[in-house]
Amino acid sequence: MTAGAEPIQPALPPRPQTPPARARIRRSPISWIRDGGLSRLAFLLPLLLIFAAFSWYPIVRLVLISFQHTNEITTTWVGFQNFSEVLNDPLFPIAVKNTLEFAGLALLFGYPIPLVAAVLMSEVRKRRGLYAALAYLPVVIPPVVAVLLWKTFYDGGPGGVFNTILGWVGIAPQSWIQSTSQAMPSLVLESTWANAGGTIIIYLAALTSVSPELYEAASVDGAGLWKKIWHVTLPQMRTVLLVTMILQIIGTAQVFLEPYLFTSGGPDNATLTVLLLIYNYAFGNSLGAAYGQAAALSLMLVGFLAAFSLIYLRATRSWSDE
Amino acid sequence: MSAIQDWQGRRRRGAMTESQQGLVQSADWKRPSVRWGLGGTQTALLVLLVIVGLGPILWLAKAAVTPTQDTLSNPMAIFPHGADWSNISGAWNEVDIGLYIWNTVVIAFGSWLCQIVVATTGAFALSVLAPKWGRVITAALLTTLFVPSVVLLVPLYLEVVHPPVIHHSFINSYWAVWLPAGASAFNVIIMKRFFDNLPREIFEAARIDGAGPFRLFVSIVLPMSKPILGVVSIFAVLASWKDFLWPLLVLSDPSKQPVSVRLPTIAGQTDLGVFLAAMLIACLVPIVGFLIFQRSFLRGTGLSGALKG
Repeated sequence: MTAGAEPIQPALPPRPQTPPARARIRRSPISWIRDGGLSRLAFLLPLLLIFAAFSWYPIVRLVLISFQHTNEITTTWVGFQNFSEVLNDPLFPIAVKNTLEFAGLALLFGYPIPLVAAVLMSEVRKRRGLYAALAYLPVVIPPVVAVLLWKTFYDGGPGGVFNTILGWVGIAPQSWIQSTSQAMPSLVLESTWANAGGTIIIYLAALTSVSPELYEAASVDGAGLWKKIWHVTLPQMRTVLLVTMILQIIGTAQVFLEPYLFTSGGPDNATLTVLLLIYNYAFGNSLGAAYGQAAALSLMLVGFLAAFSLIYLRATRSWSDE
Repeated sequence: MSAIQDWQGRRRRGAMTESQQGLVQSADWKRPSVRWGLGGTQTALLVLLVIVGLGPILWLAKAAVTPTQDTLSNPMAIFPHGADWSNISGAWNEVDIGLYIWNTVVIAFGSWLCQIVVATTGAFALSVLAPKWGRVITAALLTTLFVPSVVLLVPLYLEVVHPPVIHHSFINSYWAVWLPAGASAFNVIIMKRFFDNLPREIFEAARIDGAGPFRLFVSIVLPMSKPILGVVSIFAVLASWKDFLWPLLVLSDPSKQPVSVRLPTIAGQTDLGVFLAAMLIACLVPIVGFLIFQRSFLRGTGLSGALKG
């Protein structure tokens, strides 16, 4: 057993027996064990146990709970009652509208900024690492700290950080997260700040895989800088761009931390999102937890996201892998 | 992956070689209009990145040692009435921030260990040992990628409160955070892809030399997988450090909570200066970790993007 030191040595045959993988002819328990079945099972066991307990079983249970009324002790089957209760909840359309607003604004702010920054950074010739590190820094700050810090920045009084800065250029103090109209854009602004760095790094990696010959060819054909970006850079990055877009939409559809910590869904439900509503059904209700409704709404969210992803992939397929 | 290595390579060679060909070619760089236009844009970008990326953290560092009254009345002034170091000791003694950071470390370590054990053994079994029903398991893993973890909060919570088989609640136990962290299909998939690309001849040679699956795993596969182990580890620790909602639900005992769960609770009842000092301490660990492992962080993020793409 000198395998540890020099495993690559071409230990030429004599092969004592055929490799075990090909020796499966009879299917008796003994041959299964001899075949290495036990060790295969032993290696798979942690994965199977953990995923069964904390992934596969909860997925099944989610579907079951959505058709039940349960209060941790007794459980009754109620058919589609949870779903109809959620759909008839006056907060449901508000939460859907707010979530769409968050996702839309996040796309508007958060999608072009990392792309522009990454294209500019990819042309930096000195200290590119510094650029990347600065852009990535907000990503490593714990999100809770980031939100609480920005909550201080958003202080609505004239002495708030942002209001002081606005005061320098003569703009009156804004009420930020305390106003129904400004609360959502304020949340999106913080979220964009916190997440753009990761996308920039992904784009930087994708930009280096654009082959220099293409740029050279474009130059020979007389293309200027903008034409090169439009006809070479963006088409070469389209797969990555499409993937980051769907990932961002899926991520923002599940926004929870910002509305929960900044505003608790207020003011006047202006930042109540779908996930915050799920949380309120299950854990935020002093009258007793409505697990069934929370599960029903969770299931609807998963169903919507899965359907959206499929349509998105189908619609963009021809464009992404031509 | 080659793209990232390429980027790293180009970065390392940096400005030394003139052969670097990008969007703007070396010949173009010599033209004054390009040099000034692009150089100016890049300098502006750097200034912007410093303000946006570093600014909030610098402000936090300044406010953490500024008297609360100064921060409230004039937040952008730099030490108008001197520094107030008592905020830091207040955060340490009154808020007991050290305890919560230690809790975070304990939670992150356990979650990391669980993720690494599940991902390495599982990926090794699926990739190298290749059982007959491996495809079924891989498919079941891929399916879970389509179910965002947050929607499983309710069933997971009920399971932790009233576990089947074991009739003992796991609320306020770290196992309730450690074990579910292991169920990350993403980890298993990237680990399996890495193992799939290891040369099979080595495994074959080791088998002929008499190495069993366990020996193969410990002496050959794991030592060859250091890069991917590093990436998965960084993401495991970072994700655990960032996690908020799940620890909030299952760790109701304040003395067991991680720092991100504790901070919002104390926000309203703590002096602002002390609170900001506590927040600064809370983000020092990840920032220092990032500065040390910067290259792995950035490569890992690029890699995850390349894999998703």
